[in-house]
Amino acid sequence: MTNDVRAEWPLYEVFVRGKRGLNHVHVGSLHAADDDMALRHAHDVYTRRNEGVSIWVVQSHLIAASSPDEKDPMFGPSNDKVYRHPTFYEIPDNVPHM
Amino acid sequence: MTDMTEDLTPASHSAPDPNSEHGSVFDGLLGGDPSHWAFGTDFEDPLAGVDTTIPDGVDGHDLGVYCLMLADDALIASHRLSEWCSNAPDLEEDIALANISLDLLGQARLLLARAAAADPSLVPSLPAGSPVPPEDALAFFRTDGQFCNARLTETDNGDFAVTVVKALVLATARLALMERLRDSRDAVLAAVAAKAVKELAYHRDYAGRWFLTLARGTQESRRRIDAALRTVWPLYAELFVPHEVETRMAEVGVGVDPAGVADEVAVVLAQVFALSGVETPDIAPMVAVRGLRGRDGSHTEAFSKLLGEMQSVARAHPSGRW
Amino acid sequence: MRDYYRPIGQLFARDLPEDHMSVTTTELEAGFDATVHRGDRIEPRDWMPDGYRRTLVRQIAQHAHSEIIGMQPEGGWITRAPSLRRKAILLAKVQDEAGHGLYLYSACETLGVSRGELTDNLIEGRQKYSSIFNYPTLSYADVGTIGWLVDGAAICNQVPLCRTSYGPYGRAMIRICKEESFHQRQGYELLMTMMRGTDEQRAMVQESVDRFWWPALMMFGPPDDESPNSAQSMAWGIKRNGNDELRQRFVDMSVPQAAALGVTLPDPELRWNPERGAHDFGEPDWTEFMAVVRGNGPCNAQRIAHRRRAHEAGAWVREAATAYAASLASADLGVPAPTSADASQRETGVRA
Repeated sequence: MTNDVRAEWPLYEVFVRGKRGLNHVHVGSLHAADDDMALRHAHDVYTRRNEGVSIWVVQSHLIAASSPDEKDPMFGPSNDKVYRHPTFYEIPDNVPHM
Repeated sequence: MTDMTEDLTPASHSAPDPNSEHGSVFDGLLGGDPSHWAFGTDFEDPLAGVDTTIPDGVDGHDLGVYCLMLADDALIASHRLSEWCSNAPDLEEDIALANISLDLLGQARLLLARAAAADPSLVPSLPAGSPVPPEDALAFFRTDGQFCNARLTETDNGDFAVTVVKALVLATARLALMERLRDSRDAVLAAVAAKAVKELAYHRDYAGRWFLTLARGTQESRRRIDAALRTVWPLYAELFVPHEVETRMAEVGVGVDPAGVADEVAVVLAQVFALSGVETPDIAPMVAVRGLRGRDGSHTEAFSKLLGEMQSVARAHPSGRW
Repeated sequence: MRDYYRPIGQLFARDLPEDHMSVTTTELEAGFDATVHRGDRIEPRDWMPDGYRRTLVRQIAQHAHSEIIGMQPEGGWITRAPSLRRKAILLAKVQDEAGHGLYLYSACETLGVSRGELTDNLIEGRQKYSSIFNYPTLSYADVGTIGWLVDGAAICNQVPLCRTSYGPYGRAMIRICKEESFHQRQGYELLMTMMRGTDEQRAMVQESVDRFWWPALMMFGPPDDESPNSAQSMAWGIKRNGNDELRQRFVDMSVPQAAALGVTLPDPELRWNPERGAHDFGEPDWTEFMAVVRGNGPCNAQRIAHRRRAHEAGAWVREAATAYAASLASADLGVPAPTSADASQRETGVRA
């Protein structure tokens, strides 16, 4: 046992699925001693007014993050790859449900 | 203990609806779809469409008193938990304890309203024209001898360990009771119990996990949880001693005999204790004074102080509008 | 300072010649300025000037501390709320404030400062919180007045912050503002209800408004020409409006609300100025303001002592949870986990 008054729990990121059919969305952070407590805290803090059908939590330091530099090739514009844009494909107007 | 995790129902509580009445300066700020925000505004009235007539063959006074017993346990436990507000070990626990407190307060309000409807003579009289509603007259204008909560609910919070033990014991006992009360012939009690079961399962889970955590945490937390158990245990047995009103209500299919849930509660607690490596305490129950316990209006010193504080503003304004 | 997320992507950077990989500070600063100028948000791992980071930490921390200390003046009335409905509303409200503090500490943590450090800064007096909370709450009407005037002033300050340049701060503010709007309404509704009550209750409301009006005006900070940090904060897009402009907006909003309520605002100089299209009003007592900021308000010591007590009294609980989590993590202990290890349970069903 330490005498550290701080005794701080690790930081977690919280993701909530607002309703069925939606992605989990990052809603914020909290502190918890472990994953179970983090889920419970997320439930109390971020869904206390009944919001959400499902919660994910993950320790913040486990999230691998890309570089924010826009010169990073990961974020290079893909406008040159026109086949990724729906307008590249010409579909006759009389084809239904496209 | 695994079964305690299955139903993580929201600790839902009524809160004012920011979207009601006139518009807000935030209109338009957030876009139309609130579903991606982790807050919402839809609340259900747990008694919507419920038949409020008193079932055949049921004595209104008994039903009223029975509702007061269930209500007072919740009201006083809620009050004690609300004392933690801004005092909890961390912000997350502050929020969690407030959720539990709000759940219990919600249960208390429904049950007080039911008590007043079942027997209006239970409601203390106030000056003519006083706008104080029955639930508040019952909460703020009864004397301590008129409250019938179990003494477990009224004692001081102590440290976090004492609060955890009290919450665990109360949630476990009340959950077992409410599970049976869902079949009450009184439609209101059945509806209240159905809502309460979801909430109490969550409270029991919260307290159970903290009990385990403190018992297996550090030497200091273990010392404190052991001490807390010794502090709380003398008030445990009282939860299962039936009052004559409880017995009569159980006989007519409206209430639940608390003695009937004692074994089940003991089994659940024994599971938690075993996981935690803690012995079930062997401590004699607190004596009934002249045969009277909390249900009979016999309370501890801590209770009159609690009421003195809780009722101070309301009693200063018996015709006040809040 | 620690990294908020685990950084990746340095594999190739290491192999590049020095002059290629190091963008000059001037270029970084230009990029930063352009982002702010476009009205785009700065995000946690973006380069930012040290001064910007320091200013943000100071402002967000102060804001978070205000929420947490702000739980106390009203929280003291939870156990004395005069109706069960009011008790539920007040408890939910003070609980929200804990949540707001939590969101804001989290935003601050994206800048590399932990909540523990920030709490230390608060209880050691190294960081401030809003001075309004160093005034006492003396009657239940204060719960209403704090909602109406104090939360109302806070909203004036905070709505523009939803568009602040730092992403995590702005997102926290959006969530907070949404909840604050009902805080203000509950306060005003309480006062309206009390005004329809007894003479005694009406007197309580007026007395409370008398005490809180001037401190509420002081919440916008000193006049702009005496506010040293304002200009830079505006340039960085951290702050969007001047103190005086927001104060004026608040006065103009409050006057008709006071009239509808039937209370008098305690300022003899308060009157409509048709030429300006705004209300003229008196000068708050800035000497009193400075004294309270310096620590000589009625409740400064008690508020900090309360927070310190809670933090220190909770240490053994936090330590116990840390120790228990560590014991579960080390597999050789053989202590059974409290839940099934089934991964599907990680995705907790929240709704029944």
